[in-house]
Amino acid sequence: MKQNGHRSQLTIALAGNPNAGKTTLFNSLTGLKQKVANYPGVTVERKHGTWKLESGHANLIDLPGLYSLDATSLDEQIARDVITGKQDGVPKPDAVIAVVDATNLERNLYLVTQLFEFDVPVVIALTMIDAFEKQKHEIDIGKLSKLLKVPVVAVNAKSGRGKGELIEKLGEVIERGPITPFETNGHGEDGENAKIFARYNFISDVVQESVKHNDRERHQFSERIDRVLTHKFFGLVILVGVLLLVFQAIFSWASLPMDLLDKGFGSLGDLVKAELPPGILTDLIADGIIAGVGGVMVFLPQILLLFLFISILEDTGYLARAAFLLDKLMSRVGLHGKAFLPLMSSFACAIPGIMATRTIESRRDRFATILIAPLMSCSARLPVYTLMIAAFFAGRTVLGFVSLGAVLMLAMYSLGIAVAVVVAFVLKRTVLKAPPPPFVMELPPYRLPNIRTVFQNMLTRAWLFVKRAGTVILAISIILWALTYFPRQGSGPVSEVPNLSAEQTAGSPQGNGASDQIQHSFAGMLGHAIEPVIRPLGFDWKIGVALIASFAAREVLVSTLSIIYNVGDDESAKGKGGDAESPTLISAIRDAKHDDGTPAWTPLTAVTLMVFFVLAMQCMSTVAVVRRETNSWRWTLFMIGYMTGLAWIAAFITYQGGKALGFG
Amino acid sequence: MSPKNNSSEVATLRTVPVGRLARVISVNGNTRITKRLMEMGVIPGVSLRVVKTAPFGDPIEVKVRGYSLAMRKNEAESIEVSF
Repeated sequence: MKQNGHRSQLTIALAGNPNAGKTTLFNSLTGLKQKVANYPGVTVERKHGTWKLESGHANLIDLPGLYSLDATSLDEQIARDVITGKQDGVPKPDAVIAVVDATNLERNLYLVTQLFEFDVPVVIALTMIDAFEKQKHEIDIGKLSKLLKVPVVAVNAKSGRGKGELIEKLGEVIERGPITPFETNGHGEDGENAKIFARYNFISDVVQESVKHNDRERHQFSERIDRVLTHKFFGLVILVGVLLLVFQAIFSWASLPMDLLDKGFGSLGDLVKAELPPGILTDLIADGIIAGVGGVMVFLPQILLLFLFISILEDTGYLARAAFLLDKLMSRVGLHGKAFLPLMSSFACAIPGIMATRTIESRRDRFATILIAPLMSCSARLPVYTLMIAAFFAGRTVLGFVSLGAVLMLAMYSLGIAVAVVVAFVLKRTVLKAPPPPFVMELPPYRLPNIRTVFQNMLTRAWLFVKRAGTVILAISIILWALTYFPRQGSGPVSEVPNLSAEQTAGSPQGNGASDQIQHSFAGMLGHAIEPVIRPLGFDWKIGVALIASFAAREVLVSTLSIIYNVGDDESAKGKGGDAESPTLISAIRDAKHDDGTPAWTPLTAVTLMVFFVLAMQCMSTVAVVRRETNSWRWTLFMIGYMTGLAWIAAFITYQGGKALGFG
Repeated sequence: MSPKNNSSEVATLRTVPVGRLARVISVNGNTRITKRLMEMGVIPGVSLRVVKTAPFGDPIEVKVRGYSLAMRKNEAESIEVSF
């Protein structure tokens, strides 16, 4: 943690309001030399980078975007601790660069007046100055600096304007030491509010003397755009269009790179099997590690695409408008307007959706959103739905022309949404009890996105996912692999078990060995063990094994069933392959019998399984991401528990209700 | 921008019609939200303009100190204004 131990190196903190251009300045000063992690114990992002100076390097800390330093939010608390040197592992900054948006001077300066009360030298970096002057306002930077008694440097991250001067002034203020240009102490009984008023009075005086506003031009551009984008009718139409585009991108544009990654990891696994001597270690590497990690990496294209869109939407200022438009709907279930996009994204995949909840400030609202995000039917559930529909409902119609499959599909998506609404409602009144989140939010002026900021943001997210989630996922995949691999049947690895039984012809030569292996493995034993629990749902122990194995990822259900029923080749199926529409698997499922000769599957079993998969937390990657984003195993386990519980109850009602009504 | 209005009324921001200018008299209540509102510049004496209402009737957008601030009508209720 003490990576910045040597105090000869300067530490500079960047503070500023959200949307002030702080991140853009940070990126331009540090280039790619930056690290993102969390502050210990919390999910506030800790971002720091190396700023190359002529005389060496400075450690630049990017504080979270802040309106105030009064420590009413976690971000503010952390920022305060960093500035005062109380944050573990972060040396007290030698100076603070206050990033101030020239187009929004008064409110931006509020934070600066608070900074003055901390014992730290301050330099003001004035951003958006070009936009400000374009609106025909005039600002006297010299006068501003004189009134505030600290250096003010106009900067432009794109052109590099002001970088040299910033370094120069930093040197000056560090040498001079902190000063207090303005005091708020000694104001009457209502101290807190009086301080706020005093700061704004001071600011109003400063701004009045140093800025000449051209009121007619002020933010007209943004207001004109807003007339369309937040229009009562067109605003909503455009929003739906934007969401469709994002949805489409993560749903279908990502599928090509996902398939490529999937195939790539598949071939890598095959290569390992071919090149390394057969044995446990090879199987562990190929089936445990490569298949497990590969199963996670396939989500990367979706994460990259979603964050590309979110970064653009955020950077342009549109994301705030989307929250503004939808807040009313979301607040009905007790959520914030900003919860909409993460939930929408979760229809493609809950992982990027959960990562996108970071835009929600309130912890309780963010957690409520995280906890219901996996209830949205993600793309990994599609193979399960498809297999069940293909096996039992293919070609059937309702009312003569609507395909029964489509109706079932719609029902499954609706079930997920309905349960999510109820769960959010209940959570916000119980464990996450809080009034509907307040909605006091800046609607920043529209701006062109900064390409560099957008890409850096996207890559940072992706890397966080790969690095942190990867460790948990790796561990879980090895455990799941071991459960299906041990104890060994026969002497050698699966692929060497000779094909003893000839009665099964549908499978590949290795099919029986693999089937035997999985049936007698720990996973098989677990399947038997949980049979009493899942029996009331109409599931036998074989389905139980598939449920256990598909905890890795929902679509693994298909490949596991293929192995259990001796169809398809085990190697490629194991990772994720397994074709949901494979005719052999479909007929194997249709023909499967219980020991007493009754069919193991009925249409009712299929619907019950679908219902179970809508609600159950069958995805270790989501578990890993929730653990990371909530920073708590308790909440993660709570989520697994409530989802599995609900899944069981809903499946029970479906199966027993269906039987009582004479289905199945 | 603001229509001339001689008979100034005292009310909460919630009731101020879209397009009207209003001057803040006080921010009532002592919650995190009222504090946040004040930190964002909504303090007695400042003037603001109600820009629009969101499509479903809530929240509202106001222009204050040259920037746009969105808040729910519930929050607007704690702001006493004259207009």
